[in-house]
Amino acid sequence: MKKFAGLILIILAFAACKFNDADKPRLPIMGNRDAVTKTVNGKQVTDTVYQTIPDFKFVNQYGDSITQKSLKGDIYVADFFFTTCPSICPIMHRNMLTVYNEFKNVPDFKIISHTIDPKHDSVAVMKKYADKLGITGNSWWLLQGNKEQTYDLGQKNYLVAIKQDDGTPGGYVHQGWFVLVDKQKRIRGYYDGTDEKQVAKMIGDIKILRAEVNTEIAQ
Amino acid sequence: MKLKVIAFIAVMLCVIIVSCQSEAEQEYKRYYGSGTLVYKAKCQNCHGEKGEGLSNLIPPLTDTAYLKKNKAQLACFVKYGIKETITTINGKAYEGAMPANVDMPAIDIAEVLTYIGNSFGNKMGTITVDEVNADLEKCK
Ligand code: HEC
Repeated sequence: MKKFAGLILIILAFAACKFNDADKPRLPIMGNRDAVTKTVNGKQVTDTVYQTIPDFKFVNQYGDSITQKSLKGDIYVADFFFTTCPSICPIMHRNMLTVYNEFKNVPDFKIISHTIDPKHDSVAVMKKYADKLGITGNSWWLLQGNKEQTYDLGQKNYLVAIKQDDGTPGGYVHQGWFVLVDKQKRIRGYYDGTDEKQVAKMIGDIKILRAEVNTEIAQ
Repeated sequence: MKLKVIAFIAVMLCVIIVSCQSEAEQEYKRYYGSGTLVYKAKCQNCHGEKGEGLSNLIPPLTDTAYLKKNKAQLACFVKYGIKETITTINGKAYEGAMPANVDMPAIDIAEVLTYIGNSFGNKMGTITVDEVNADLEKCK
C-alpha cells in the first residue's frame, strides 16, 4: 500500500513538472466575447470572437492625427487622465514613467493617455505637460479629442468608469486603470495604475505578451 | 547637611530637565507620527513617498534651504494652496497649482509640516499648532 502511494506521488510530481514545462506563461483574453457559429465545409463550427478596441481618431501632443492605424503592430497600454487632476493622476503617471523608461526604446510598444477634459487639455497644454513630465519621442502619446468619443471608448470598449462630477476634487470621477492591449486589439490585462506592485506585474506581462508569437490562445 | 541640600536640589533639577526634555521629545514624536498619516492621505500622491515630487510637474520637498526660508509661509501653502506661481526648488522652476485644504484643522497642518520638516533630509524640529495658528493669521 505504502509503495503504491509512493508511486502515485512520483507520477504526480512528474506530471506536474511536465505540465509546467509545456506551459509558458500566457495572459488571458479579457473583455466581452461572443460565440459565432458558422458552417465550414458543411460542418457547423463555433468560434469565439473576442471584443476588440474599435477605430478612433484623436490628436497627440505634437498635433498629429492618431488612429488605430498608428498603433498597427503595437502592444499598448491605455489610461485616462487630465492634466489638472489633483488626486490619482500624479501617482498613475509617476508609475507610468517607470513603464515608459523600461520600454521607450522598444519598437512595438506604446503608451496612450486619453484626456477626459479635452476642453482644458488642448494640444498645447498636453505638450507642456509632456515636456514637464520629461517624455519625448513617440512611445508615449497624450491624446486629445472629442469628449463623447473619449468617454464612449473608455466605458464601452476599455470598460473603465469615467464620469464628470463637480462634487469630487478636480471635477471628474475616474479610476486609475492601466489597460493592456495586444497587437490584435484585444484586452489582455487590467492593472491598478496607482499600485506600484500591479504596475511591476504589468511590466512583466508586457514582456510575456511581446514574446507571444502564436496568437491563437487556448482558453 | 548643606551639602545634602545642594545635592538634593541638583538631583531635582536634573530630573526636571530630563522630564521636560522628554516631554518635548514626546510632543515631537506625536506630531511626527500623526503627520505621517496626514502626509499619506493628502500629499503623498503628488509629492511622492520620499518627497521626490514628479519630474518638472511637482516639486520635491527636499529643498531644505527653501523650506527654512519660507517656514512662516508653509501653513498658508497647505491651507490655501498655491496658485500658478513660479517656485524655484533645487534650482528648477515649477509652476503648477497646489490644491487648498481649507477644512484642514491647524493641528493637522502642524503635524504634516513637522513630518515634512523632519523627513527627506530636512531638520526643522517641531512646528507647533501655536506657530501654525500665528502663521495662518498672516496669510495673504
Ligand atoms: C495635486 C498635487 C499636490 C498635492 C496633493 C499637494 N501638493 Fe504641494 N505642491 C504641488 C505643486 C504643483 C507645487 C508647486 C507650486 C508652484 O509652482 O508654485 C507644490 C508646492 C509645495 C510646497 C513648496 C515647494 C516645495 O517643494 O517645497 C510645499 C512645502 C508643499 N507643496 C507641501 C505640500 C503638503 C504638506 C501637502 C499635503 C497637505 C501638499 N503639498 C499637497 C502639488 C501638490
